[in-house]
Amino acid sequence: MSAVTQRLKAARPQLALLAVALLVNVFVAPGFLDLRLQDGRLFGGLIDILNRGAPVMLLAVGMAPVIATRGIDLSVGVIMAISGAVAAAGVNAGLAWPVAILAALATGLVCGLWNGLLVAVFRLQPIVATLILMVAGRGIAQLITEGRILTFTEPHLIAVAGSTLAALPLPVVLALAAAGLTGLLVRATALGLFVEAVGTNPRSSRLAGVHTGLVLGAVYVWSGLMAALAGLIATADIKGADANNAGLWLELDAILAVVIGGTSLYGGRFSIGRSVLGALVLQAMRTAILRAGLPPELNLVLMALVVAAVLTQQSPAFRPVATRLMARLKNKEAQA
Amino acid sequence: MDMKTLLGSRKISRQGLARRMLGIGTAVLLGSLAAGCDSGDKKGLTVGFSQIGSESGWRAAETKLARQGAEQRGITLKFSDAQQRQENQIKAVRSFIAQGVDAILLAPVVSSGWDEVLGEAKAANIPVILLDRQIDTPNVDLYLTAVTSDTIEEGRVAGRWLAGKVQGRDCRIVEIQGTVGASLVANRKKGFEEAIATAPNLHLVRTQSGEFTRAKGKEVMEGFLKAEAPGSICAVYSHNDDMMIGAIQAIKEAGLKPGTDILTVSIDGVPDIFKAMADGDANATVELAPDMAPRAYDILLAYRKDHAPPPKWVQTPSKLYEPDTAAAEYARRKDLY
Repeated sequence: MSAVTQRLKAARPQLALLAVALLVNVFVAPGFLDLRLQDGRLFGGLIDILNRGAPVMLLAVGMAPVIATRGIDLSVGVIMAISGAVAAAGVNAGLAWPVAILAALATGLVCGLWNGLLVAVFRLQPIVATLILMVAGRGIAQLITEGRILTFTEPHLIAVAGSTLAALPLPVVLALAAAGLTGLLVRATALGLFVEAVGTNPRSSRLAGVHTGLVLGAVYVWSGLMAALAGLIATADIKGADANNAGLWLELDAILAVVIGGTSLYGGRFSIGRSVLGALVLQAMRTAILRAGLPPELNLVLMALVVAAVLTQQSPAFRPVATRLMARLKNKEAQA
Repeated sequence: MDMKTLLGSRKISRQGLARRMLGIGTAVLLGSLAAGCDSGDKKGLTVGFSQIGSESGWRAAETKLARQGAEQRGITLKFSDAQQRQENQIKAVRSFIAQGVDAILLAPVVSSGWDEVLGEAKAANIPVILLDRQIDTPNVDLYLTAVTSDTIEEGRVAGRWLAGKVQGRDCRIVEIQGTVGASLVANRKKGFEEAIATAPNLHLVRTQSGEFTRAKGKEVMEGFLKAEAPGSICAVYSHNDDMMIGAIQAIKEAGLKPGTDILTVSIDGVPDIFKAMADGDANATVELAPDMAPRAYDILLAYRKDHAPPPKWVQTPSKLYEPDTAAAEYARRKDLY
């Protein structure tokens, strides 16, 4: 069996979930699956989901290796706000757009380095270490924007969210490219194995010669970089840096996406591709809820019900029950 | 044995003495501070203002106008930012009482749990004026008055404007709500629905929450545009300007012209919506006046002069602005927010 078909087989539950979520969308809005090419860009419901889901896809790409090391990064939503604020303040202060974008990405790296330092060197528990930035970071972003929504008109920065590459919105291309690059980094090299080793048993992996500190630090730096890119997209999308709301609670969506992708919070095995699928499942459900025309009071309840159903279906305790049910159904069919 | 007891008690008394001396020192220090305040400003009032925080541009503008208004009236303002926490506000009010201010302005972060601390202010004979939000209390004597906008009226003003704008034409309206569960959201919705109920040609066809943010406002509007037949949405009503600014971008990206193809009306009056109106992208906004503190100062000064208690609720006007004055209004506001 080739590696690709093996991967697809492993991702069957996530693909099935995505198919169900898309079916709900078709049910809610007929013509949802229609794709049309106009002015060199694809339009349609699928593209909308990819486009709106791009920030959480990026966060999930960064979060998956972190969770695989038995860690967690609660600060990614806040890093989005800070990097967006840096980019907006940069172009408004007259910096050239490439400099502003690089500065925003560098901000993400620095934030990730801070988290990595606390976790890898000072041995703080990841949830506490990243909580520090999560709590303080919005204040930093607000200091940069002076508490206002910092709007800008720099066309290149706006193009980060508003332009098209290869018939796809640029955020989609960026998210898929980041996922591809990360997947290559962890699977074409031994890096992924190191990450999983550190998450499964840090002590024995250290004894086996894995530089655990370096691996731990690196995953947080990468997560920071992905978050900064997501922040750039979110900021460019509304042509303004909203320090109070950019990326708000998205760290939780990213964690959920990774978990739906089948990665355990206890660390160990992880998959970038399945985490991206997890992010798309979440966005597809959100899109369906937004377009269903139901009262908005139901939004969160519906989301919670669906997530609960998805996660119980994945739980090991549920599997034997499901298998037995399926067997009984098959028996009945056979009898009939 | 005796010696030990003696030593022990001496130790205790020494500690006690140190504590007492510290206490006296603090009292003297506080006393001299208070005296300094009194002698420094014999004629003008001293007012304490416990603000919720600086979570939005509107809130920042309210604070800025509170400072400006105090300066213009010769009032010494003691300002405290509660950073969204009620316990900080309670502490601030207690410290204002201890400092013997002449009045307290309170923008309450939550509606309940104020009875005790406001009782303390009342016992100290310090009038309290609520700003921007009301509180739940069985005893309305705890505060002098509340200066807030009428959030139902804001929705009505928006609805009436839309009814007037489309005349008898059939109009399918979509609504972008604020965060579900806020009383403000329920009121802005209620007022708008009341106003359009009288016009049978106005139909509210979709409503969804944009959580008061630009990004969510944009996403929700994208959904509306996809879910409704092309060209069938005639107007969008948003519970705040920020969500409308997001919605305007979504309309533009769908290849339509906001302000022409789809009418817009929203609430708050933040500078960026005036900019959008000046650019022809938006049609109307209902202002939530940020000058609540200066209004409170005037009520306070009048009350101190003639001792007639003001009404329990002073409503700020909900004024509607249209593109004709937008450029001037933008210039007037842009440094305030």
